[in-house]
Amino acid sequence: MAQMTMIQAITDAMRNELKSNEQVLVFGEDVGQNGGVFRATEGLQKEFGEDRVFDTPLAESGIGGLAIGLGLTGFRPVMEIQFFGFVFEVFDSVAAQMGRMRYRSGGVYTSPVTIRSPFGGGVKTPELHADSLEGLMYQTPGIKVVIPSTPYDAKGLLISAIRDNDPVVYLEHMKLYRSFRGEVPEEEYTIELGKADVKREGKDVSIITYGAMVHASLKAAEELEKEGISAEVIDLRTISPLDIETIMASVEKTGRAIVVQEAQKQAGIGAFVVAEINDRAILHLEAPVLRVTAPDTVFPYASAEDVWIPDHRDIVDKAKKVYNF
Amino acid sequence: MTKTIDAVQDQFETFQILSEDGEVVNESAMPNLSDEDLQELMRRMVYTRIWDQRAISLNRQGRLGFYAPVAGQEASMLGTHYALDKEDWILPGYRDIPQMVFHGFPLTQAFLWSRGHFQGGQIPEGVNVLMPQIIIGAQIIQAAGVGFGLKKQGKKNVCITYTGDGGASQGDFYEGLNFAGAYRANTIFVVQNNRFAISVPVEKQSAAKTIAQKAVAAGIEGIQVDGMDVLAVYAATQQARERAVSGEGPTLIETLTYRYGPHTMAGDDPTRYRTKDLDNEWEKKDPLVRFRKFLEKKNLWSEEQENKVVEEAKEDIKAAIKKADGAPKQKVTDLIGFMFEDLPFNLREQLEEYTAKESK
Repeated sequence: MAQMTMIQAITDAMRNELKSNEQVLVFGEDVGQNGGVFRATEGLQKEFGEDRVFDTPLAESGIGGLAIGLGLTGFRPVMEIQFFGFVFEVFDSVAAQMGRMRYRSGGVYTSPVTIRSPFGGGVKTPELHADSLEGLMYQTPGIKVVIPSTPYDAKGLLISAIRDNDPVVYLEHMKLYRSFRGEVPEEEYTIELGKADVKREGKDVSIITYGAMVHASLKAAEELEKEGISAEVIDLRTISPLDIETIMASVEKTGRAIVVQEAQKQAGIGAFVVAEINDRAILHLEAPVLRVTAPDTVFPYASAEDVWIPDHRDIVDKAKKVYNF
Repeated sequence: MTKTIDAVQDQFETFQILSEDGEVVNESAMPNLSDEDLQELMRRMVYTRIWDQRAISLNRQGRLGFYAPVAGQEASMLGTHYALDKEDWILPGYRDIPQMVFHGFPLTQAFLWSRGHFQGGQIPEGVNVLMPQIIIGAQIIQAAGVGFGLKKQGKKNVCITYTGDGGASQGDFYEGLNFAGAYRANTIFVVQNNRFAISVPVEKQSAAKTIAQKAVAAGIEGIQVDGMDVLAVYAATQQARERAVSGEGPTLIETLTYRYGPHTMAGDDPTRYRTKDLDNEWEKKDPLVRFRKFLEKKNLWSEEQENKVVEEAKEDIKAAIKKADGAPKQKVTDLIGFMFEDLPFNLREQLEEYTAKESK
């Protein structure tokens, strides 16, 4: 099996889909000749031609409209928003158009668009590049939201996203792009959207998380283990829809849970997971479900990321708090 | 510098074929239309005028929902549409229901859309129209995409999209023109300049003398047309379509027109922003009056023919409203089914919940 970085796995998924379905088109700012600012589309234009993999003018809203229009004429668009902080420029296309296409047409039309976009802190970008905006997406009816944390998941989830007949926002944490390699089969495989993955089994406390926080949580679980606390780490992988069954099975087993997100605290994924656990598993709980999040400020200046983004120590503290409740 | 701008602006003279008296003033531009075509254009305009009157009346009786009146704009709407093929795509704004209906979208569904019923959005198979767009300008960038898709597929078809003078102020208007130009997409952009974006006059929308000239910056063709002259509108669109399908790229068509009625039937009062004099000035340019004069001189139109169309329209509307009245009462369970191909857990649970609630 090949060893790949997450970004290589993402490229491999697009290559696979460009090969297997002639209707797949990959486009965005700098994705053609340049292979993307992170090289996510490296070599794809050369391999599949400018007809299939092409640059767009520098206008995010236009890219969204282009994707919707191409989708209506039978294509399967994979569009890139160069950084997810730029989503506000294309929010109408994503939230008001793609997410509603099926509904507005009573099931006649769809927007089978995959929106790929890098996000996530820890790489010292200028402002509005790194924000965790998945909460906004989560509140938007009609779209799915995927955030992989490993190269293996990245490939299988992206293939599923491209094949999905509804719009999928696929967010790629920049810090995970090249930070490690993992085993990725060269052949195609899919990972069902809406299915979480237990990244580490445990019996005392459930840590429910996604994206780069999966790795901070795994590190925290190792530390907790040294103190005799067995933590289970659940990687949601798909933020919308949530895999409620996996979450509940874990919480019913451990009776204790924390939710970890890089995003700010207010109205985020963590809040929703807490509410769902409250609705469904309150009698199984030995302690309140707590959250590890960033504070409710604007995403920090690059040099303040270290003090703002939660890390494994914050996770250890919160996990101990619910363990010792 | 100013001289340069004037030089550009002055190139956009209004294209006209019929004068206000129905005289041909531009013989060389006369489109190649048979007598039957000319009569059909008149028939459609008369039909639409009657439909508009009936729709306003139905709205006042509480029997129709959202409605944006169209009287005055018939030539702009139906002249552009008449140049299309059945396989061409229409991405309409919310006033552009007549083009949808003449493209094959059933009148009953137009009424259901107006009432806010899901069946009003269920475009029948083979009718290449999208649901009327509410967000001003969103259809313009999508039309660049549809036109690009048609070109990629090697189809000899176009996508036409409609907005108003206010829509030409949106960022998406400029992005759509620019994208379509960059990809030489099979797209036609129609701006029906009816002089008011709800209440704001076109002079306050832009320093530009014409909207058509905005094509220059995008590197595409642009033309300003007398939007009350159905032959000029048809000829301009027909040429734009020819250019698009032969790979010569998109065109921006600005039609100078006027809406006689309010912006919508939801409480707009045009007397707050328009003078009676201006209304009168534009009513003199009326597209039906002008074209009727032209046809009568050619012995192609009579009072009898006109009355026949009026009766036909009234009958159709009556039947369509009756049919719309028979549409099923909407349920939350219907709506849940339109969210995704496969329902996620939350909607699955809510479907169960509402199935129980709605079967009581």
